[in-house]
Amino acid sequence: MRKAVLFVAFLFVGAFFLLAASSIRPFGAPTVSAMDDYFIAHAQGEVAANNVVTAIVFDYRGFDTLGEATVLFAAVVGVLTLFRKLREDER
Amino acid sequence: MNGGMSVIVRTVSRFVYGLILVFGFYVIMHGHLTPGGGFQGGAVVASAFALLVVAFGAAGLKGRLNVHLLQSLEEVGALAFLALGFLGIGTAFFYNLLANSGGLFGASVPIGPNNGVLNSAGTLPLMNWAVGLKVMTGIASIVIVMLIGARKEETE
Repeated sequence: MRKAVLFVAFLFVGAFFLLAASSIRPFGAPTVSAMDDYFIAHAQGEVAANNVVTAIVFDYRGFDTLGEATVLFAAVVGVLTLFRKLREDER
Repeated sequence: MNGGMSVIVRTVSRFVYGLILVFGFYVIMHGHLTPGGGFQGGAVVASAFALLVVAFGAAGLKGRLNVHLLQSLEEVGALAFLALGFLGIGTAFFYNLLANSGGLFGASVPIGPNNGVLNSAGTLPLMNWAVGLKVMTGIASIVIVMLIGARKEETE
């Protein structure tokens, strides 16, 4: 009984993966490329940066980077708080 | 265990430490030209600090790396990043005011493949330095504080 259930589950998941693999897009072809084309065409002219990734990270999507920096800040503050508490307990 | 690792490791790390620092600062400085940037270069520089911590131990760090100084520098980096974001608030938050302005980091870049102009990209290099300072001091202080905590448990 248990083996039969496992086999049916295996068949179901395998069929699902085969279905997904049959409808896969060609390698490297994005579904929507309007934003990519804009960034590649305008990054050197608008931001004057050769590195398009940096132009996106710090200019077009600067607010995202602010969030990332906040995550790092929170991690540092958390670790420092945790270990400071440990040291105070030891005294 | 407070003295760190063997003489071989300490000698090699004394030599490699400077090279890692140079590479990390190169990655930060050329963030707007080559792959990399503030986050990546800051992590590389922090790995140099971690190497010092591993090779010399917690006792060998006394007077070389001050955790309070590192924390203050991290906050300086975060505030500099925010201030650079507010620099273009006249148009939009994080608007690149200095790009193509002709002044500091204001040179234009030819369209298409080129060798790269270091004095370009406006606020991007400054933001890379701010984020790099923040990441290197943040990760270094995490490594140092965690190692000192772990060593204290070990000796008890």
